[in-house]
Amino acid sequence: MRVRHGMPLAALLAASLLAGGCGGSGKDELVIGEYGSLTGGDATFGQSTKLGVEVALAELQSEKQGKIGGLPVRIVVEDDQSQAQEAATAVQKLVNQDQAIAVLGEVASSRSLAGGPICQAAGVPMISPSSTNPKVTQIGDYIFRMCFLDDFQGRSVAKFATQNLGLKRIAILKDVKSDYSMGLTEFFTAALKEMGGTVVAEQAYQAGDPDFSAQLTAIKARNPEAVYITGYYTEAGLIGRKARELGITAPLLGSDGWESEKLLEIGGEALNGSYYTNHWALDQPDPQLQAFLKTYRERNAGSDPDAIAGLAYDAAKVLFGCLEKLAAEDPATFRALGSARAGTPERKAATAKLRDLIAQTKDFPGVTGTITLDENRNASKPLVVLEIKGGKKVFNTSINP
Amino acid sequence: MRRTLGPAAALGVLLLLDRWVPAATNDYHFQVLMLIGINIVLAVSLNLVNGFTGQFSIGHAGFMAVGAYASAKFSLELGKPLVASMAALPAPLAQGVALLFALTAGGLLAAVAGWLVGLPSLRLRGDYLAIVTLGFGEIIRVVILNVEAIGAARGLPDIPQWASFFWVFGTVVVVVTLARHIAASTHGRAMFAIRDDEVAAEALGVDTTRYKVVAFVIGAFFAGVAGGLSAHFLSYLNPSSFTFLKSIEVIAMVVLGGMGSVTGSILAATILTLLPEVLRPVKDFRMVVYSLMLVILMITRPQGLLGTHELTWTRLRGWFGRRAPAKGAA
Amino acid sequence: MSEFLQQLVNGITWGSVYALIALGYTMVYGILRLINFAHGDIYMLGAFTGLYASRWFGAAQQPSPLKALLVLVTSMAVCAVLGMVIERLAYKPVRRSPRLSALITAIGVSLFLENGCVLLFGASPRFFPQIVEQRNLPLGFGVTLSNQQLIVIVVSLVLMLALRWLVLHTRVGKAMQAVSHNHMAAALMGISVDRIVTFTFMIGSALAAAAGVLVALQSPRIEPYMGILPGLKAFVAAVLGGIGNIPGAVVGGLVMGIAEVLVTGYLSPTYRDAIAFILLIVILLVRPAGIFGRAVAEKV
Repeated sequence: MRVRHGMPLAALLAASLLAGGCGGSGKDELVIGEYGSLTGGDATFGQSTKLGVEVALAELQSEKQGKIGGLPVRIVVEDDQSQAQEAATAVQKLVNQDQAIAVLGEVASSRSLAGGPICQAAGVPMISPSSTNPKVTQIGDYIFRMCFLDDFQGRSVAKFATQNLGLKRIAILKDVKSDYSMGLTEFFTAALKEMGGTVVAEQAYQAGDPDFSAQLTAIKARNPEAVYITGYYTEAGLIGRKARELGITAPLLGSDGWESEKLLEIGGEALNGSYYTNHWALDQPDPQLQAFLKTYRERNAGSDPDAIAGLAYDAAKVLFGCLEKLAAEDPATFRALGSARAGTPERKAATAKLRDLIAQTKDFPGVTGTITLDENRNASKPLVVLEIKGGKKVFNTSINP
Repeated sequence: MRRTLGPAAALGVLLLLDRWVPAATNDYHFQVLMLIGINIVLAVSLNLVNGFTGQFSIGHAGFMAVGAYASAKFSLELGKPLVASMAALPAPLAQGVALLFALTAGGLLAAVAGWLVGLPSLRLRGDYLAIVTLGFGEIIRVVILNVEAIGAARGLPDIPQWASFFWVFGTVVVVVTLARHIAASTHGRAMFAIRDDEVAAEALGVDTTRYKVVAFVIGAFFAGVAGGLSAHFLSYLNPSSFTFLKSIEVIAMVVLGGMGSVTGSILAATILTLLPEVLRPVKDFRMVVYSLMLVILMITRPQGLLGTHELTWTRLRGWFGRRAPAKGAA
Repeated sequence: MSEFLQQLVNGITWGSVYALIALGYTMVYGILRLINFAHGDIYMLGAFTGLYASRWFGAAQQPSPLKALLVLVTSMAVCAVLGMVIERLAYKPVRRSPRLSALITAIGVSLFLENGCVLLFGASPRFFPQIVEQRNLPLGFGVTLSNQQLIVIVVSLVLMLALRWLVLHTRVGKAMQAVSHNHMAAALMGISVDRIVTFTFMIGSALAAAAGVLVALQSPRIEPYMGILPGLKAFVAAVLGGIGNIPGAVVGGLVMGIAEVLVTGYLSPTYRDAIAFILLIVILLVRPAGIFGRAVAEKV
């Protein structure tokens, strides 16, 4: 009889001994959390986000010794290994252990959907730099994004295919593991039908699959005029290669999930003659963009940023801007951000005020375009279509919302 | 009077701890504690199959998945309206009732899965049984991947967080009690006989098939309940949490503790849940350490920490001074 | 019709890979009655070794058949040695232990290899360079064979025939057969059981490594966990053909590859992984000895 209680209780005591609030820092500072896929299948997304945020932080260092309103800014980065459950765990840690006042992330919509509810419940604002699936900001009023939505993006791809390329019969290859891919497929299919095209084949894959020859063979048999790959860059590259190996010559289409320096490394020549929609084109003459390019290249040994880095930079700048504003307009509340512990009423009031300021973002001059957040906390921005020619990404056209 | 004293005391202790523990620990430590509880339930449930009856099942994650998804879906569809209709009761009570229903539903469905898996598989032996159970575990996961109604590959979010300390550790108490009672009963003896020598047991008149299936079903039931608790604690389910690797984690707990020892499973579950957290600073090495431990354990001490014995006060005293009593004093 | 034929070609390509891996499983099981869970990870290591070998030989910058062959042979050699090391360190001590302990040891070795590789190579996937220039060979009927697929099929065939020759026509092969029948009797006949076991492991590992390089040729993404599922599926293939039976492993592998590709192409890609296990369960319920196996009565 006694043994039954003995063991669980002993374990309890041992664990309780470990209890005793760790986490949180001793001095006052502004802790900003950042979560992204630093490793795993979508590694460049998280790495680019990190680099973009670092540029913003570096500017803060040089202009204001890394402080806002007198409090130093510290960014805590967590890796979610490209997995949704890890994203949830990472955000838990950022919000509860590191006591972040705001969270930047994620790029992949599925992972934003995993981390968002935690931020919403804790009253911590989350700014996603580049999650495009509409469901992300629908989580709640503490979730924001810096980019356009997939209903616009899917529609734009349909528009480009039918009007600019004059194609009607399109095959789709979608990633069933990704909310982004599934959502984009739906929006594209609906828009294509409206514009008089047809989806001649819709095949699916799972991110991480070793082989796509079965799906591509099925697609080839339907003879499409183009193949729209709605997933992320790694699979896009691999699928592109496999498609050419199997003798599919039709052009390939993609969306912002393709945006990565690794896309061409993986896909190689197979991707020549493909098009994908994106947040920016590096050869655009926009002065903000060019200035950011210069700074980024200096910091990163001449390599170019991708749109993910640009959006992350904008997200960080918007956040810093709002923090400055709060420090100027309401210093008392601002100080609570730095000193109060998570969960206390002062802290919740402070993050609520921060949230309100972020929601008021209007005409912010971002490097990825002018950012104005609407009542659903989404940005309405034009997109560009990039063409891959001779191993390079070239601006083709831009589409306005 | 004596018979009700034990359970009543247990209930009281659990209610007290349910009040005190969440307040006394931070979110992170609380989470680790809850995971320990869930893992104990998993380990003990698997021990019934592997340890008591000697049937090597490595598809346990599949039963956990069935229970998790079933109870989650139940809560989302039926549990929430149920709680709303019981608005007169205090929230923890109403949620607890809903959770109870959800867990039972999950556990029962998992038990059915266990029965379906057990029936054909249990005429196979050793290695083949292991692979077939592995196969069933994978099939269950792939089926879940394809059912849109429970989120398919993208997972099932927003599960109500009703699993409290009381429920998790209450289940621990129930499972452990049950296991100990089985071990001490004639049914338990039959199971141990099957483990030690199946042919001899059959020759002596033990209905081996029946016991093997029963062990499977009970093990699956509690794996399902553990899955349900996990779902209602983490609030988010994804099929990739229930792969072959998860089954191996549970096997590691049973093997480390000693197949057939309930207290061993409890100890091992605790150690193996704390280990990754303790090793978090060197978390890249964590899995390497884990796997090395398995190999070294099998080479040097395959019976695990406690072998087939239970940890009793007598034994503990023996470790610290006087000689341990003769074997079988469990 | 042409779609079906093309899928068949795809299936045979994958089937050859599964067959190569299955051969290693079947040989080890025949000799030790051990399911070597770590075998799938040798396949993974073969791919990674191939990656580094191609860097070393510069096979990506100036592709040539000779360099590609060198990459393959290096990978096979390195993994053969690795197989030997694993056998000596981890499996020999548990050779006389209950099967369950040996199985868990195998699982432990498998996890160790996977996580060790994560430590060494990082968790993000790597991309195998194109060491053979890609060319399409239209076969008529709308079927296109890529030269990489052709290489996979041909090399697999060559290796399988070589193995068959080894087992049937050399002394070592006869010794392997003897040990798989009965350790004691073989030892009494003067065969060093330890040496033969090690040798079998080395051959099996070399074949798995070859499979890894061949797969990487046509599916260039490699990562530390890539061996788990193919390993399991190859084991199912071995069981399908009759475990311990070498031609059985080949047939089983081909059946597995074709079934998988057909299910993915015509049904749904999310069922791809399940088909292997469904086949397993069906076979174990209907004909547990496998296609070519012989049912052995259990003696008490």
